[in-house]
Amino acid sequence: MSNLLGLEVKKIVETTPEEIDRVQNWINTEEYREKNFARQALVINPAHACQPLGAQLAAHGFEGTLPFVHGSQGCASYYRSTLNRHFREPAPAVSDAMTEDGAVFGGQNNLHEGLENAVALYKPKMIAVFTSCMPEVIGDDLTAFIKNARQKGFVPKDMPVPYANTPSFNGTHIHGYDSMLVSILQTMTEGKQIEGRCTGKLNLIAGCDFNTGDYREYKRILTEFGIPHTVLADISESFDSPCDGHYHIYAGGTKLEDAADSINGKATMTLGAYATPKTFSFIKDNYSGKHVSMPMPMGIEKTDAFIMKVAELFGKEVPASLKNERGRAVDALTDAHQYIHGKKFAVYGDPDYLLGYVSFLLEVGAHPYHILCSRGSKKLEKELQALLDSSEFGKGCKIYMNKDLWHLRSLLMTDPVDGIIGDSHGKFAARDAKIPLFRFGFPVFDRVNKHRYPIIGYQGAVNMLTEICNKFIDIKDETCEDRDFELMR
Amino acid sequence: MSENIRKIEGITKESTEALIAETLSVYPEKAKKKRAPHIGANDQGSGSACVKSNKKTVPGVMSARGCAYAGAKGVVWGPIRDMVHVSHGPVGCGWYSWGTRRNMVSGIVGVTSFPMQFTSDFQEKDIVYGGDKKLKTLLEEAHDLFPLAKGISVLSECPVGLIGDDINSVAKTSAKELDLPIIPCNCEGFRGVSQSLGHHISNDTIRDYIIGTREYAEPESPYDIALIGEYNIGGDAWSTKPLLEECGFNVKAVWTGDGELEKIAATHTVKLNVIHCYRSMNYMCKVMEEKFGIPWIELNFFGPTKIRESLRKLAALFDDTIKEKVEAVIAKYDPIMQEVIERYKPRLDGKKVMLLVGGLRPRHTIGAYEDLGMDCIGSGYEFAHTDDYDRTAPEMPDATVVYDDPSEYEFEKFADALKPDLIGSGIKEKYVFQKMGIPFRQMHSWDYSGPYHGYKGFEVFARDVDMAINSPTWKLVQSPF
Repeated sequence: MSNLLGLEVKKIVETTPEEIDRVQNWINTEEYREKNFARQALVINPAHACQPLGAQLAAHGFEGTLPFVHGSQGCASYYRSTLNRHFREPAPAVSDAMTEDGAVFGGQNNLHEGLENAVALYKPKMIAVFTSCMPEVIGDDLTAFIKNARQKGFVPKDMPVPYANTPSFNGTHIHGYDSMLVSILQTMTEGKQIEGRCTGKLNLIAGCDFNTGDYREYKRILTEFGIPHTVLADISESFDSPCDGHYHIYAGGTKLEDAADSINGKATMTLGAYATPKTFSFIKDNYSGKHVSMPMPMGIEKTDAFIMKVAELFGKEVPASLKNERGRAVDALTDAHQYIHGKKFAVYGDPDYLLGYVSFLLEVGAHPYHILCSRGSKKLEKELQALLDSSEFGKGCKIYMNKDLWHLRSLLMTDPVDGIIGDSHGKFAARDAKIPLFRFGFPVFDRVNKHRYPIIGYQGAVNMLTEICNKFIDIKDETCEDRDFELMR
Repeated sequence: MSENIRKIEGITKESTEALIAETLSVYPEKAKKKRAPHIGANDQGSGSACVKSNKKTVPGVMSARGCAYAGAKGVVWGPIRDMVHVSHGPVGCGWYSWGTRRNMVSGIVGVTSFPMQFTSDFQEKDIVYGGDKKLKTLLEEAHDLFPLAKGISVLSECPVGLIGDDINSVAKTSAKELDLPIIPCNCEGFRGVSQSLGHHISNDTIRDYIIGTREYAEPESPYDIALIGEYNIGGDAWSTKPLLEECGFNVKAVWTGDGELEKIAATHTVKLNVIHCYRSMNYMCKVMEEKFGIPWIELNFFGPTKIRESLRKLAALFDDTIKEKVEAVIAKYDPIMQEVIERYKPRLDGKKVMLLVGGLRPRHTIGAYEDLGMDCIGSGYEFAHTDDYDRTAPEMPDATVVYDDPSEYEFEKFADALKPDLIGSGIKEKYVFQKMGIPFRQMHSWDYSGPYHGYKGFEVFARDVDMAINSPTWKLVQSPF
């Protein structure tokens, strides 16, 4: 025994039940909340991951593309297993397994050997390279490394190898998504712009969205319109592929030729403004046609705006089928409003999701009472505040920027709400506070098939509404007195 | 020995070697040369490893391995329930490893147990200016907000070691100031070749900072033991600890599943260490043997045959009181286990399983499958060493394929050729094989089920294996059109 801390050797003393009781009550108090909100350094239960995770998501959105982590191998295993758990699907990605010697000599040898092996084993059409911490700290020069790899024949001359710097000590997964996506689009479209050519298509970017149902829903809506389209970074097949007795490592993704030709599109639209600023800026500067950045179309009003913008861009009438669909969704909302009107919610998650939740709740007469983002910006705060100010239901609602789910717990215990919207990680606070958690964000590790049910568009509004209202009705049925238990609700 | 050699119909040394050669043929020369010594045909009679292991992962091949941090946070330190475990560095590592190993804990979350994500959430400025000051502040904050936490571990992520922070000195100062054990663990993910070094580093920190710093309040007894390398996955320790208690032992500490820091710190006074996961904790068993003269014994709690053998092996080290109790326990559970076997064996007899797990289960679970009439036709580890493969050889049927740190490509090829009825591996592999129509169980996490250890666990294990293999959903995979 070394006892390097030099602390006194003591007999084990069990904490008394009284002391446990005291602390258990204390952590639910205003006093604790104040102490908790005074934290300067410790982050507890953050609602965000690191950049490379989003980069991997973007890479999976392209045909035949192998995500490639330049860095320690454990990083790749973490990103993969996170995506596996959320989608319950394979998430093939390789790493070049940098170790201590990489810290001394740099990671070029690992990268080259890794590229050569990955090409031989997994026969990709494109390799999307992104970094984890180690090469970022030691300052690896990806541009030079990849150029050298091509020169030395570790990757075929014509194989695209887009790459992105995605340091985990900066931003969150949404920023990694952006960096990888812009790099892929830069690589794919380089030299592909043809004077006078127009594909006639809408290029659509869903943003860092982990719901495969959303991608399918966008495509369905555009098909209803009769508008030809290319969904860029389309993960709908990659992470929702058939079980038919065969494993296809590259199950889906945007066709590479469509991605290349997207630069000649009639219009390009991103629906995740916070997850695609760099990508959108590149598109604005380089893509033909019109460029539009809009919020994720969650709820009726934001879907209306999306639909009308699409109609405007392509000079089309909104088809009757979509008008009817809107009508049905509104019918669902008016029919069910009494189960959600006036309810208070706590919401947390990525900026684009958050704006959607808030907008949806306001339009059904609910209060997005605690709005929490564990890594957000002043711009986001302003935009959320403007949303709140636009509705009487936003009165008294508060925004908590750069706060975590342990802060959220304090809020829930001292100033309770009726429901929480977020991801699976909120379940601990939800359980302590005895408040139902509606899992619409990412990740969802503890419910099945959530990623298959869209939360965007009119159908998404119906899906969210149905889940929320039925849960409230379930709670009433499960907890009411016998004499209040009745057939109709 | 030769009469114990088990053969599998259709599998010979030649067939296995041909399969290996064919699988390796697609590799570039350099990678092929690196991979070849890591795959072999088992020589059951030899009792020794047929593959090399614990070497660097070949870049670009899609390994299932994790890193040293994963071994420290996920395996050794993370399960200790009454400590705050700080993932020191950027936000990701702690977030990915938050609640994803299924090491269950008792206690009240945020009061007496802390299965949460604590991180210093490094930003660019922390990389540039260093994170030591931030660490000092956050240790104070953690102590302030969680006064009943018995200690704090500081688990370094990659950047911490690369920028030259001195977490050891911060820990030492803060430990004095807060009068609280604060354990610095230099387990950066780039160290070593897998999770395994993280286990070793963590064991070393227990040796250097923890062991011997507490004493049990109760007087010693000859039946004081510690259960080492039991992580309470899906509640395993809640099956094995009561079982050992039923056999007459005082289980003074569990390392580290549902673990309590102070009980672990006082383990130097037990009479015997019982180790389950040899790979991750043999180091401290050896330290305690050397420094405190505590003997240790390896047991296997998977399946009635191995449990029975293990309990008798354990009883042999104690007096008649224990021997009688152990026999009574075996006599009590044997008929119950027989019922389980009679229920499931007819549904599973002759089925074949392939395994790829961490450092223990690729050998330790084989007996449990055999209890159900199944054969293991391929097995391998993510991060085992030669001593693990030595222990594997006698457990595996002769000439079956053994793979060390296989790539997904290799694993898929082997499964495609050998057509197992079940694969037991991890989440990254699960959906690959299920798409191929092969039943699968996650054998790291018990696939959100468990426990699988002990008598209580075998019934759950048998049910799950039957459910996986005989689910009618597999019949729907082939479309009629």
